[in-house]
Amino acid sequence: MEVKLLSEHYEKPEFQKLEGYKKHGGYQVLSKALKMDPKAIIEEVKASGLRGRGGAGFPTGTKWSFLPANGEPRYLLCNADEGEPGTFKDRLMMERAPHQLIEGMLISAFAIGSKKSYIYIRGEYDYPIAVVRAAIGEAYKAGYLGKNILGSGFDHDMDVYAGAGAYICGEETGMISSLEGLKGQPKLKPPFPAIQGYLRKPTIVNNVETLAAVKYIIRDGAAAYRKYGTEKSAGTKLFSVSGNVVRPGNYEVPLGIPLKTLINDVCGGLRPGRQLKAVIPGGSSAPVLTAEESWKVTMDYEALAQMGSMLGSGAVIVIDDSNNMVDMLSVLMHFYHHESCGQCTPCREGTGWLNKIVHRILHGHGETKDLDLISKVAQQMMGKTICALSDAAAMPAISFVTKFRDEFESHIRKGGHTAQVRGAAHA
Amino acid sequence: MFTLSPEGQEFVKAELKRYETTYSAIIPCLYRVQKEHGWVPPEAVSYLSKLMAIPEAHIDEVRCFYTMFNQKPVGKLHVQVCTNISCAMNGSRELADALCKHFGVNDGEVSDDGKVTVSRVECLGSCGTAPMMQVNDQYLENLTTEIAIQKLKEMGA
Repeated sequence: MEVKLLSEHYEKPEFQKLEGYKKHGGYQVLSKALKMDPKAIIEEVKASGLRGRGGAGFPTGTKWSFLPANGEPRYLLCNADEGEPGTFKDRLMMERAPHQLIEGMLISAFAIGSKKSYIYIRGEYDYPIAVVRAAIGEAYKAGYLGKNILGSGFDHDMDVYAGAGAYICGEETGMISSLEGLKGQPKLKPPFPAIQGYLRKPTIVNNVETLAAVKYIIRDGAAAYRKYGTEKSAGTKLFSVSGNVVRPGNYEVPLGIPLKTLINDVCGGLRPGRQLKAVIPGGSSAPVLTAEESWKVTMDYEALAQMGSMLGSGAVIVIDDSNNMVDMLSVLMHFYHHESCGQCTPCREGTGWLNKIVHRILHGHGETKDLDLISKVAQQMMGKTICALSDAAAMPAISFVTKFRDEFESHIRKGGHTAQVRGAAHA
Repeated sequence: MFTLSPEGQEFVKAELKRYETTYSAIIPCLYRVQKEHGWVPPEAVSYLSKLMAIPEAHIDEVRCFYTMFNQKPVGKLHVQVCTNISCAMNGSRELADALCKHFGVNDGEVSDDGKVTVSRVECLGSCGTAPMMQVNDQYLENLTTEIAIQKLKEMGA
């Protein structure tokens, strides 16, 4: 079930430091890559079928090939802003294997011809920031960063930039704004970052897991990487499983694994006496699945899309029958309202209204027609804004009130006095 | 008069040279203010503006946009309890309520002895070890109310 490709050595404390990392073959793939034609690296990544592991699932090699084919300076940004509720894999990867990320980034930077990269880490991740900074220091000392790396003539500088608390900075153009010293508000696309990104220079933004995976694609070849996963969803994926399972945590498994296997066999199943109610399969922005759908679906981009949801960041939130779905949605709507950057009216106002309506229902002041109002407001928020946050708030709202309509209606009928509303919910 | 320590001023100068644009130094410098003062008072904005040669309005909008910059003073221990979905399912809202009650504060308030502020915050990326909280820079995971209070006591609450 579990396939430890990226996470093979995560349990070994020595892997965090350069010496321990080198003991397990560290920086040998970089040395191999620096002797390759950068174009061949891009082709290998394309052939591997690697898709962005941060949420959007865009083919990595294709993203790289959007860069202009001239000598213009270009930047590589590693997205380590990990803020999608339910996701905690990048934190693990940075804490346990900072050099794996640095090596993956160096190979990627060499492939795209970038001499400068930043790792943008969310500010709350104090410990991962310290670990990655220390690893960068070690890498400079050992000649893996700086001028003429390993005698190849390739120069590269890398730095860490700490965010300061804003979910929206995980959106790639929001991240670019933040790195430029602005509010983290996303920018209108096109132009896409590959054409005009950081300081209007060509920029590639890739997730931590994506960049780390590049190392293994170059080490073993695209064909070997493709042995894992499905035809269109190749490779392994770290899933962050949380909520009501016996053994929550990060698990690396091949894409395409049945969700049932992931929950029951990898994560020890549900707590005794509990039934599955719902699963959010790809982070809080992914439309929710009913128990029936969850037991059928496989964890790959296509199967989840076919089910009307998405793989997203690979954050699997397992919800058992001890939870009230009105309560769960109220938590999510508070989040999106809080995190909307306020730039686009449909999102700024829409998230506020969704939050108000869901809380009105939660507290027993709702009417059945509010459920249609939620869907209507949510529909008006989709596809009308600069970035996807508005859609990310609308999709769970629509899926919750559609798939769990009976539970919402019953909650409304009982004036909010249904079981399982725990804790004082946000206003 | 608001001021940074001599080391803090050196830090600002170094950060101004570190990135491709001086604006990128704003977030790190606001962090420095918070490290020295516990929060980022509005007076810090005009101070940094002069030191960094960046308009006040610009620094202030950055200060106000990011939630990690405290807009008002917080206790010596800033207890931030995640109340997003996975933590909420595992009792974090009850935990936040219990901590507020224990320290006699409402959400975001400083306790009378100045030692503790309890805030409810959004996802901190520690969902597999829910419920959890961040105390200053440190993550404390797999909590119960008893464990949380015990740990806070050990940290000086």
